[in-house]
Amino acid sequence: MTLLDVTPTALQVLWLILVAVLWIGYLVLEGFDYGVAMLLPFVGKNDKERRVLVNTIGPVWDGNEVWLLTAGGAMFAAFSGWYATLFSALYLPLFLILLGLILRGVAFEYRGKRPEWSWRNRWDWAAAIGSLLPPLVFGVGFANFLIGMPLKNEAILGGSATAPLFAGSFLGLFSWFGLVGGITFVLVFLTHGAIYAALKTKGEISARLKKLALKLGLISAVPGIVFVLGANLRKMLPGQLDSLRLVAWIAGILLLVLFVAAIFFIWKGREGIAFILTSLSIAACAVMIFAHLYPGLGFDNTGLKVALDITTAASSPTTLTLMTVAAGILVPIVLLYQIWAYTVFRRRLGVENIPDDAETPVVVGG
Amino acid sequence: MGSDTIARWQFGITTVYHYFFVPVTIALSLLVAVLQTQWYRTGSDRYLRLTKFYGKLFLINFAMGVVTGIVQEFQFGMNWSEYSRFVGDIFGAPLALEALIAFFLESTFLGLWIFGWDKLSRGKHLAMIWLASVGTLISSVFIIAANSWMQNPVGATYNNGRAELVDFGAVLTNPIFLTQWPHTVIAAFIVAGGFIAGVAGWHLATLAKQENPKEEDVATFRTATKFGAITLIVASLLIIVSGDLLGKQMTQVQPMKMAAAEALYTTETNAAFSIFTVGSLDGSKEVFSIKVPGVLSILAGQSTVKGINDIKADYAKTGYAQADGSTNALQKEFASKLKSMNVDPTPNIVVSYWTFRIMMGLGFLTLILGAWLLWVTKKGALPKPGKLWTAMMFGLPLAPLFANSFGWIFTEMGRQPWIVAGVIPTSYAVSPTVSAGEIWFTMIVYTLVYGALAVVEVGLMFRYIKKGLPDAAPVEKIVDEDAPLSFAY
Repeated sequence: MTLLDVTPTALQVLWLILVAVLWIGYLVLEGFDYGVAMLLPFVGKNDKERRVLVNTIGPVWDGNEVWLLTAGGAMFAAFSGWYATLFSALYLPLFLILLGLILRGVAFEYRGKRPEWSWRNRWDWAAAIGSLLPPLVFGVGFANFLIGMPLKNEAILGGSATAPLFAGSFLGLFSWFGLVGGITFVLVFLTHGAIYAALKTKGEISARLKKLALKLGLISAVPGIVFVLGANLRKMLPGQLDSLRLVAWIAGILLLVLFVAAIFFIWKGREGIAFILTSLSIAACAVMIFAHLYPGLGFDNTGLKVALDITTAASSPTTLTLMTVAAGILVPIVLLYQIWAYTVFRRRLGVENIPDDAETPVVVGG
Repeated sequence: MGSDTIARWQFGITTVYHYFFVPVTIALSLLVAVLQTQWYRTGSDRYLRLTKFYGKLFLINFAMGVVTGIVQEFQFGMNWSEYSRFVGDIFGAPLALEALIAFFLESTFLGLWIFGWDKLSRGKHLAMIWLASVGTLISSVFIIAANSWMQNPVGATYNNGRAELVDFGAVLTNPIFLTQWPHTVIAAFIVAGGFIAGVAGWHLATLAKQENPKEEDVATFRTATKFGAITLIVASLLIIVSGDLLGKQMTQVQPMKMAAAEALYTTETNAAFSIFTVGSLDGSKEVFSIKVPGVLSILAGQSTVKGINDIKADYAKTGYAQADGSTNALQKEFASKLKSMNVDPTPNIVVSYWTFRIMMGLGFLTLILGAWLLWVTKKGALPKPGKLWTAMMFGLPLAPLFANSFGWIFTEMGRQPWIVAGVIPTSYAVSPTVSAGEIWFTMIVYTLVYGALAVVEVGLMFRYIKKGLPDAAPVEKIVDEDAPLSFAY
């Protein structure tokens, strides 16, 4: 094992934590709207039922997705070396995610814009497939972070500098552990989404969703356990700390306990508590992954002269200070108004709440 | 074709496509907010119907803007990793701030606006569209600040093998940003004004064909026609000013871009502005051209305008320089690294020359169309339906929209061969680990998906434009748990 001697500044550590926080926001929030959209063609038996499901996430999915854009932007601003190597390394996987995001984004907006069932059914499938791709690919991607992706050193900008660049291949990402990661993310988000939808609906459809959530939860537990064990039993990458490995173990066990508790409560018919528990479980999963990302940021720096790590990839103290002030003020404000938005749309929906046509004449309240 | 060439085509195509939706998003959100404010103040159904009608068209457009915008944010890292590595310390911050401030604001409050009609009080609901609209404006601030930095990299130093931020204030007071931002936003209002006026003008002609058109519908579309046309005319007059100011700054910091825009090869005093040229633009055999004496010097704000050949010679001798011979810190510090790269500092002259002219030509055409629309519909007159009228109504939003596209193509092509003016050549900025084949693959899929979505989007636009004004039927705020929602997807 090569030693990677890293002494990061407090700001660099803070920003790795802040990037993790943004990812947690994304995975917990958009996680359930991916789940609901994937279930759309399977759970919604007719147009009204599908519209119930779409309307549970309609007002909030776009705001959820911005957590991903902010996480990406924060990586660009705070760890530009990481953003550069990582985004070009995962070129085709990220392309698949973008395709998914394009499909689902227009699907929600356009499905109700024509009355024909064929039109709506097609958009529902676009929403489902578009919502399957991101968790699948991110799951594979995070698993590869845990493995440590291979790097090489190469001269860049006409030889004016040397950069750590990705040395692997697209197909190389699909190891058995990579696939377990992908499957786990998809199944966990399906469960999370089914619980959310059960929480936001009423009547027969809510009862059906609870049953489904229980089944999905039990199925996801299997790859989930394999993922947690695989993540924490891997060999140490250069520079990794024993103390953080311990944190990752604790987070890993915690995430499993929280998830099992969620399954228990959904079995008991308590979808509210179950939703909080799956949310916490997903957050614990992100903590586990990010504990492994120190210091190599998901890359294997073995034998490299110019390493990719929390110090070499980081932006200047000036930029990190500026971004810290901005994030310190803005993230709490964003959280406050997003929470308010969820309270505005707190009512459960049933088929009786859905107007006959999405394009009925305007009715105005207030 | 090298990966840098195909990556440039990809960025160009996806950005221009994305920008078909941006001007309407920025400006129509605000204009819809103005319409809803009028309804809030007067209680008149007319403004409510217009809010609903244009609000729906706005949302059809907005969805496309959002999904194509995500592609752009990711593309920097995916296709241009060495650009991202070099500039991330400065360029990343405005992008992150754009997401953190603007994207959260517009997405969250737009969701509340769309679904909140029967859940919020009228005043609160009105605030939602205003907040979303402010979000789109803030978004334009940060992205234009980032782009302006590529044109004129201020507030930075060369350190640790990359550009590092020294002064964020300098990035936000970049003279290019201070002129490019108003120019861009005003241009967006011309498109949105043209859109409102064009759609309403088309409906007026349709109503004129009917025997007994509903009086209220005619009056409502007349209001919209006037509202759109006046927005367009005011913005068109303002853009002459902003364009003039921007041109002067551009000539100072990127003299080559102005020379290329004019296909001006030799330095001239009291330089003439060329309106039209037949023949080649390589400085050798001009067949025919129309020139207005002295005007280029006025536009450039300098009596002597440097020609391409002289700027090129200066570059070979002393490196990149602004019109007054100065350079900013980053350009100076990186200059020694550039010597081994053998850069030809000339952009594509034909593209620069013609895009500049098409932009301005379409801009003036728009102004004429807007004034003419106001003239025809004055004092209660209805337009004569016909092919000409329909064509003009199409032209109202499309002429300024394409003027926007050509303006951006000019700005970005005129910046070449640099990705950061005077610092990094574009060909060195591409991702070394991504093959041309991979970019070709994504390019083909993007083209297919974007093409299909364009068909869907245009189809829905026409469908909802034709549908016309919705009925306004005010009801109480919903209390009954089982009552249908007033709005649902």
